[in-house]
Formats: sequence, C-alpha cells, structure tokens
Amino acid sequence: MSPPLLQVNDLKKHFPVKAGLFSRKSEFVYAVDGVSFEIARGETLSLVGESGCGKSTVGRAILRLFDITAGQVILDGQRIDDAAPSTMRQMRRRVQVVFQDPFSSLNPRMRVRDILAEPIRNFGLAKSAEDLEVRLTALMDTVRLPREALNRRPHEFSGGQRQRVGIARALAADPELIVCDEAVSALDVSVKAQIVNLLQDLQSEFGLALLFISHDLAIVEHMTHRVAVMYLGKIVEVAPRREIFAAPRHPYTKALLSAVPLPEPGAQRNPIILKGDVPSPINPPKGCRFHTRCPFVFDRCRVEEPVLRAAGPEQWVACHLEEGAATTSS
Amino acid sequence: MALLEVDNLQTHFRTPGGINRAVDGVSFHVDEGETLAIVGESGCGKSVTSMSLMRLIPEPPGRIAGSIRFAGKDLLNLSDREMRAIRGNDISMIFQEPMTSLNPVLTVGRQIRETLMIHQGLDKQAAETHAIEMLTLVGIPEPKRRVREYPHQLSGGMRQRVMIAIALACNPKLLIADEPTTALDVTIQAQILKLMLDLKRRVGAAIILITHDLGVVAEIAERVMVMYAGRKVEEAPVAELFRSPRHPYTQGLLGAVPRLGSSLTGTARRLAEIPGQVPDLRKPISGCVFAGRCALATDLCRQYAPGLEEKGPRHIAACHYAAKGAVAA
Repeated sequence: MSPPLLQVNDLKKHFPVKAGLFSRKSEFVYAVDGVSFEIARGETLSLVGESGCGKSTVGRAILRLFDITAGQVILDGQRIDDAAPSTMRQMRRRVQVVFQDPFSSLNPRMRVRDILAEPIRNFGLAKSAEDLEVRLTALMDTVRLPREALNRRPHEFSGGQRQRVGIARALAADPELIVCDEAVSALDVSVKAQIVNLLQDLQSEFGLALLFISHDLAIVEHMTHRVAVMYLGKIVEVAPRREIFAAPRHPYTKALLSAVPLPEPGAQRNPIILKGDVPSPINPPKGCRFHTRCPFVFDRCRVEEPVLRAAGPEQWVACHLEEGAATTSS
Repeated sequence: MALLEVDNLQTHFRTPGGINRAVDGVSFHVDEGETLAIVGESGCGKSVTSMSLMRLIPEPPGRIAGSIRFAGKDLLNLSDREMRAIRGNDISMIFQEPMTSLNPVLTVGRQIRETLMIHQGLDKQAAETHAIEMLTLVGIPEPKRRVREYPHQLSGGMRQRVMIAIALACNPKLLIADEPTTALDVTIQAQILKLMLDLKRRVGAAIILITHDLGVVAEIAERVMVMYAGRKVEEAPVAELFRSPRHPYTQGLLGAVPRLGSSLTGTARRLAEIPGQVPDLRKPISGCVFAGRCALATDLCRQYAPGLEEKGPRHIAACHYAAKGAVAA
C-alpha cells in the first residue's frame, strides 16, 4: 500500500508567552498538543473547532511557517518538519495554501500576472516565456476569471474574485495538497457558494487533496470526506463525514453540531447549550480538556486524559464514556 | 400597533466617485414586541439602515431623507439633544464586535451605570445595584466581581453579554442588533441566541436583527425583510419566506447555503450560485436592481424597476415575474 500523501504524528506546537513584565519564568500556550492524522491523495479532510482550538496552527505547521515543538509531518513518505532548506524548497511546491482574507494575503502593489508568475518562476515550472504565458492564461480559465484581468491589481477585484486569485496562486505551483484556512469564511453567502463549487471542481479535476480548516459545519459537511474535530489543541473525534454528521460520538461534537442554527423556521431541535467558555490554552484543564464544559462529566474525566480509540471502522473518539460503552456492549 | 414606521428612507453618501445611494427608498415598520430581521449581503444597506434609525450617520458626507416615526415622533426632525435622550434609552443598539464597542479603559460596571445615571437619573449606588442585576439577568457568573473588571478580562461571549446588559439597562422599546453573533463561536452563539430569546419574552422589547446568517434568522425572527443594493426586495413572515420565497434573489440566497444533515438525507447537491456581483451604487440604476444577475431578467426588468407588490398573505416582493398567490412547495 502506498503511504498516505500526508501523515501527521503527535504534532505539538507550544508558543512561549511572557508571564509578566519582570518575570523570567515564561509560560506556554499549548496551541496544538499531540495531534495525529493522515490525508490520502485526492481526499478532503476538514479540521473543525472553535477559535483557539489550534486548527489554524496545525495548518501552519504543515506549511512549515514555523518550526514545531515535537512530532512529525511526513509528506509522501518524507519528513518535512526537519527537512533542510534545499529539500524543503521542493516540498513547498507540493503543499500550498489559501488564506481567509483575500484582502491581506495578496500584495496590493503586484499585478495578478506577477502574483501568479512568482511561484511558477520560483519553482522553475515554465520552460519559456511563452510557456509561462500559456500557464497564466490557463490558470485564469481554471478559476473562471477573465484573461485580461491578469494586468489588474488586487484592489480592482471584489472579495470573491480576489479569493479566485488566491486559489489560482495556490494552483500555480502545481500542488498535491492545498491547505484552505477558513478560505470561504469571509465571503458573502452567494459568493461563498461560487468558491465552494470551484474548490470541488478543482479537486475532481486535478485530484487535489484538501486540508479544509473551517468553523462552518454546514459548508464542511457539503465539501468533505472526513472530519477531525479539535478542542483545545487535541483531536477529540475523527470520522468519515457520514459518521460525524449522522452519529457523532464525542459530547463536544454533539454539542457543536446541535448549536448550528438551521435555516428552517420552527425546526424542532434541542440544542445542547454548553456552559461557559473555552478554557485558556495556557492552563488547559487536567484530565479530559473538555471536562469543564461536558454535560456528562464524571470523576475519571477530571484526572485521566482519554486517548483516541476506535469506535467503529475509521471512527476514532477520545472519551471515557466510549470505553465504558465498548466494555458494556461486548 | 406600529412602534416604528420608516417611510421612503434614503441615506446617500457623497464620495469622490459620485453619490453612493447606500439606502434608496426603503419603507418598513416594526410592531411593539416584534422581531424583524433585515437580511442581505455586504453592501446591501442593512447596517446603514440601522445606523440611520439611530441617526449615527455623519452628515456630511451622509444625508438622510424620508421619515422615521418612532412612538409618534419623527426622529429626523428632532434636535441632537432630543435624539440623545432617545439613544440608549428608548432605542438601543448592540454591535458585532463587542471589543470595539466597549470602552477598554472603563470598568464594565461603570459603562452600565453610565446609561442608567444619564437616562434614568439614578444615583451611583442605585445604578451599581441595577448594573449587578443586569449582569445577573444576562447570565454572567459572579456579577459582583465582574462589575469591577475591564472588557479585556472578559471572553468574547461575556463581552457580548455585557453589551446586551448595557443595551437593555434602560428598558428600551426597540433593540437594534447588528450582526450580534457573527463574531462569536457557534457554541457561544447558541448561548447568546438563547439569551436574546429569553430576554425578549421577559423584557418585551421589539428587536431589529441585522444579519446575513439565514440560520439565525430562522431561529429568532418573526418577520423578514430582504435587502439588495440599497432597496427592499422582499418582505414576509419568516415561515412564509423560507417556504415560498418569491424574489429570485431571495431564492438564490436560500439555495446558496448548504443545509446541515444534507449528506445524510441524500439531498446534497451542488450549491446554487448567484452569478456576478452587486452593482455599483454610485451609478444610477435604471430598471430592476437585480436584473444584472437574474436568470429570469427580460427587457422589461432592465427598463422598468418593479414596485413592491403583494404576492401572498403579508408577503410582498419587488419582481415583475414573481408568482402571486400560494406556491406549491
């Protein structure tokens, strides 16, 4: 069996923070604290969770926008978390990114032509000036922007068009995996639909794998093959789409799904309203990190941290209740 | 009885590129105790409408015309002083980002007290007691400690609760909530929506909810007004609007949002796209504002702007071709 396109093993990223102005002792934000998953070729894996759960940090660690604290990131069988700059350069071509805000992620002084040509030149993908031109026009066609827009600058575009430029830039490097970090979250409803459809088309056309980082569960359900739910730097549940949306197992996944307001007036639903806020990742709760808000908390949760266990084929859950359920049923 | 009646509201801005007709002839009303949602995408004029109601539009470059009758008075004819007596007292407002709408150097308690002391004439002690009551009402734990804290010591959800406490402190008749949960996480959003529904039952204020999230609309609105390019294009009771939207833009909006659970029921489909983008409001638009993006548009639409017509029970839409009467769903 060929290795998965991307493998993340026990990834940790702790950011140091100064405790006080004169204090020497520094504390850490445990942004990502032991996360493992895989992405197959052509697959969409979504990372969902609320602000501060570490989902964007995972994306950035994979892109190696910073060095990780511990763990491994393996792209196509080769470790990239500690790769030397020369190997990393080639690896960077294969993993590209689309950010949330197309206003701040495109250089306002560059024409679209230069924005798109930069990765092509950088990775030596064009054989000649004509080849470059062919690639540029093809990219514009792919993201359904008019070819003459190549000579315009980002401010001349609307938000949705800018996001198309952002996608074209990611595609320019001919990647195998695109990290979409809240790539459609800032867009208006009707424009969001256009970009979601475009991403789905591109995936089937180029066989791209997507790491889709989002807090919008309805969009995730629409787009994804598998879902990993994060809470305070940990994955609490991973499963294929069907299992997550039909039969979520972790109490946090259940609460998250039930909290989404449905566009159906009078719909009968009983949202699980979680009490309080997400605790600080500087001092994450002992035991299960969700125990301070979990409606089913019991003594063991406060002291012992649950590990991810198989709850079904391809479904993994980190919850002590699951273990109880497994032993009583067997 | 109508608490608020807005007639032919026009809010225009002078810009270097011409007059921007951000809101162009919008009329609507809000009954006492009713929740009206104003929905639409960026730039449709929904926030400018709410800012106009509060007269928070800087003039110039803005200019507000039309009439805004609130409890018998036309707000546009009041002096600044009279208007100040209404803001925060009879009509109050909560905004999307509580961090930027709270003063970072004043304690939460002081900010709640301020409205009470100015509008209700309470002394400091009475205002403090009432502030603690308000924090309890909006579900903030340990209110006695929290009144002495500063906004940065609170989480996003707590700050929004404080904003709601300030807004409701003087028992307003109308609360304008401009994207109140957009900046919040979904579990916190659920808390705040539940709070708003509970408080509405207890306080009885009318609410104008401004949002782009159709899920939030379905959850708490009674009536919905859809805006596009500075105009009202459709208005109906919430169940009627979601069941049989008449305007092609409303239909497009509803088709563009994926439904949670769609992958299970086999109703998953490609999302409906509304092609193109919102027209430039600095250029005069002849004909229907949506004609440029509408699949059904004909020469009639491009030449003559459709008026708002009754299409069903309490259901109006501005479209030449929208069906009248009951539509089989």
